[in-house]
Amino acid sequence: MVNLSSILEIATATHPGMVRSHNEDSIAADAEMGLAVLADGMGGYNAGEVASGIAVELILTEMKKALAGKAPDELNGKEMERLLSEHAAKANGTIYQAAQSQPQYSGMGTTLVIALWHDNRLSVGHIGDSRLYRLRGDALEQITRDHSLLQEQIDSGMISKEQARYAPNKNLVTRAVGIDPEVEAEVHTYAVQPGDIYLLCSDGLPDMVTDEEIELTLSSLKANLPLAAEQLVQQANDNGGRDNISVILVRVLKDFPARSGWLKKLKSWF
Amino acid sequence: MAKLILSLEGSVIREVPLDKERITIGRKPQNDIQIENLAVSGEHARVMTILNDSFLEDLGSTNGTLVNGNPVKKYILQNNDVIEIGKYKLKYIAAAPAAQTAARTPAEDMDKTMILRAPAGARTPAAPAGPAAAAAPAAAAGAPPKPAAAPSLAAIRILNGPSAGRDLELTKNLTTLGKPGVQVAVITRRPQGYFIAHVEGKQFPVVNGKTLDVQAHPLNDHDVIELAGVKMGFFLKTK
Repeated sequence: MVNLSSILEIATATHPGMVRSHNEDSIAADAEMGLAVLADGMGGYNAGEVASGIAVELILTEMKKALAGKAPDELNGKEMERLLSEHAAKANGTIYQAAQSQPQYSGMGTTLVIALWHDNRLSVGHIGDSRLYRLRGDALEQITRDHSLLQEQIDSGMISKEQARYAPNKNLVTRAVGIDPEVEAEVHTYAVQPGDIYLLCSDGLPDMVTDEEIELTLSSLKANLPLAAEQLVQQANDNGGRDNISVILVRVLKDFPARSGWLKKLKSWF
Repeated sequence: MAKLILSLEGSVIREVPLDKERITIGRKPQNDIQIENLAVSGEHARVMTILNDSFLEDLGSTNGTLVNGNPVKKYILQNNDVIEIGKYKLKYIAAAPAAQTAARTPAEDMDKTMILRAPAGARTPAAPAGPAAAAAPAAAAGAPPKPAAAPSLAAIRILNGPSAGRDLELTKNLTTLGKPGVQVAVITRRPQGYFIAHVEGKQFPVVNGKTLDVQAHPLNDHDVIELAGVKMGFFLKTK
């Protein structure tokens, strides 16, 4: 297994917000594995926390096992994408089973975004409206596309992005983990550059803070990742904090090719 | 309750609650919102509020009424819409849903993430609904979410060195100061005022002779900040 702890710098923050008594978001990040997971749970009473907690815990431990058992050359982009899909499906099965068998968990589910860094690349899987953004240079870009009613309305041209900010029903997702017996994660792989900063967040951030403000905060405070994470949560709360807010910030410090260094050097001689 | 926030060139003048069915805007004194400016017609526009919806109507004014930059005659106001009348702006803030319907079930909450086609069981969580409904509105009803009302404008004045006397207006929610790689601090503008925090460098900023710790520190009018050898004064601009 490749150790990325000297490659990735990670800062996280999570907060129930100003209105809710529960924090139904769950987050985990492991620099060594190069893995970050964020889930935003839903369901009555504390079932939302249970669903997001199961998803994050299961993916973290199971992915650790899966990655440990593999040689670095086995871990190509295709394989990583397969691992993400497989583990999202596993989380779905576990939550669905729990929801079916225990009445207090009936109907619980969660959104999910998983990011896995490997070989100068990033594979991302997501289900629902939790997002991944990337700050490259000083420009912020949204990498994932929400699986939400609102995104579908934007895509079909029914409403503009500007109108979407004030639309009702912002909270309706069209895909979630644990609701149906099966669900498919949307998985893609992207090239990574040193200096990139990745942001995983629950919808409590973008619903309260515009992309322009997120961009300004990340680009102004990128020298201090924990401060940037805290600041994003604070901005969402200053604007009303209507939902739980979670952020994971990951900075790529340098190149991390999968091939060992000497082999690459040797090759570049010829 | 919905409200309008009247401002001129970024400075908030007053907040007007939409507490009656008809609120009129114009230059004449009998208007509910009187704006003494020649660009504003005597009876310029009105806002009709029925239940939770507010409608804006231009009353045939000479210079027109804009919403979010577009001229309108009749318009249904949406949260955060900005009405422009002459140089004045009126921001429409819709009634906070949390305040009106404190006793609703969690499933009706429009900010909470929900699956679109949740099975019927999800809508009425049997027994647990009681404590959840009791706990959540307690937090919600007391303090309906307030939109970020910006505090008064502020500026930083450099007090020593070659740029002494230069002013830097704090127009953004975040302003960084200092030299990247050496020492950087950030001033954040929040609804409750301005705060300074350390961003990078071995040295922490000094405010009024006291070195800060990692916590953000509130700034008061006439505070003196020292950063990378530069002294700066913090000033609130009076409206």
